[in-house]
Amino acid sequence: MSIIFVKDMCLWYGDHQALKNVNIEIPEKSITAFIGPSGCGKSTFLKTLNRMNDLIPGVKITGDICYEGTDIFSKEVDVNNLRKEIGMVFQKPNPFPMSIYDNVAYGPRTHGITNRVQLDEIVERALRDAAIWDEVKDRLKKNALGMSGGQQQRLCIARALAVEPKVLLMDEPTSALDPISTSRIEELVMELKEKYTIVMVTHNMQQAVRVSDYTAFFLLGELVEFGKTDDVFSQPREKRTEDYITGRFG
Amino acid sequence: MRSRFDEQLYELNRELIEMGAMCEEAIASAAKALSTGNMELAAKVRANGAAIDQMERDIEGRCMKLLLHQQPVARDLRQISAALKMITDMERIGDQAEDIAEIVTFLNGHTMEGMELIEEMARATIEMVMSSVDAFVKKDVELAEKVIAQDDVVDDYFSKVKYGIISMITENSTDGEFALDLLMIAKYFERIGDHATNIAEWVIYSVTGKHKEV
Repeated sequence: MSIIFVKDMCLWYGDHQALKNVNIEIPEKSITAFIGPSGCGKSTFLKTLNRMNDLIPGVKITGDICYEGTDIFSKEVDVNNLRKEIGMVFQKPNPFPMSIYDNVAYGPRTHGITNRVQLDEIVERALRDAAIWDEVKDRLKKNALGMSGGQQQRLCIARALAVEPKVLLMDEPTSALDPISTSRIEELVMELKEKYTIVMVTHNMQQAVRVSDYTAFFLLGELVEFGKTDDVFSQPREKRTEDYITGRFG
Repeated sequence: MRSRFDEQLYELNRELIEMGAMCEEAIASAAKALSTGNMELAAKVRANGAAIDQMERDIEGRCMKLLLHQQPVARDLRQISAALKMITDMERIGDQAEDIAEIVTFLNGHTMEGMELIEEMARATIEMVMSSVDAFVKKDVELAEKVIAQDDVVDDYFSKVKYGIISMITENSTDGEFALDLLMIAKYFERIGDHATNIAEWVIYSVTGKHKEV
């Protein structure tokens, strides 16, 4: 089952076409990795999936993106609700300069939840799902900026999970982390796919192989190849894919 | 790009070709020792066995290092994993050539009628080994398929040799030990053919990414 359908999507930054006729279906409750060299459009595409590119001036998008049967660009769609359903985690951990608790409660509060008991439950569940509860349960009132980088990133994942999204977009979520934090996040992501659909941009080829179920290879704004990760990394259909993943690109 | 890795893969290929050549030479010498009764040659085959074993270790070490250092994917991963499997077959071929040479030393120049059949079988087997290594070097799937087909020819030779030996025994024209020795030699050649077939199958996997159906 697919949760996001993309048809003939093109994107321009002013005169520059950053994405060319992208067609893809993102499978539900699985991990899809986007790979490709810098500037290939994979992050741009990721951000389009929850309309983060709306904020950039001069962006023009054509084609269709359907999330659970609804065109995400239609006028009826409330962008805030869309981003609640499709959350995002960034490359560098970006906790708000407030307590651990308030970071996680931030989203639910903006969506109108004020009941203390309810908030406590949400915060605990999100922190548990992000595999960080045991490390922070005794210091929920401490400032989040005092945590390690790896903990901050898991806190950001908890913050994204607190509003109960269905899809989690991750833009190189481990590239700023040490190997131990990286493997914790990787294991976490693999657990999360039981409940959530995950789309992840990564420059780490081995990470894509280890973690993802599906891999999409982007090059110069084009989706060159999309398939099961095992197939893409053992018998890529396209020579351009093979050249890139074997490190003989260019 | 990745020129150092490419060099290492090239070096791996070169070593595989060298190991293949050592195997070819071992079988050819064992066969020659059998047909000429040359004991010195037979002894030399047995002595060279250790070099083939060492080569297997070296190549295995190189493959492990490449897996660890380069984390290969796609065709690179196939090439290295195929190499790891192929050297096991090559090492077995070397062992079986040694086994043949060992029996030859017991034969003491003893010979029989119909010996040409075993010689022909040896030639067909050597060709299989040479072609399988050649197919690997040239990434030639067609040649690898020919090797696989030729295994039936070698199997046929084995049946013929076996029935020849059976009639020798029923006619009482040979002693039992000699007959069994010959049967063993023929069986070793037949097994070498099987190993060459395995190598050819790994060549096909390495090139196409697909295994021949079991």
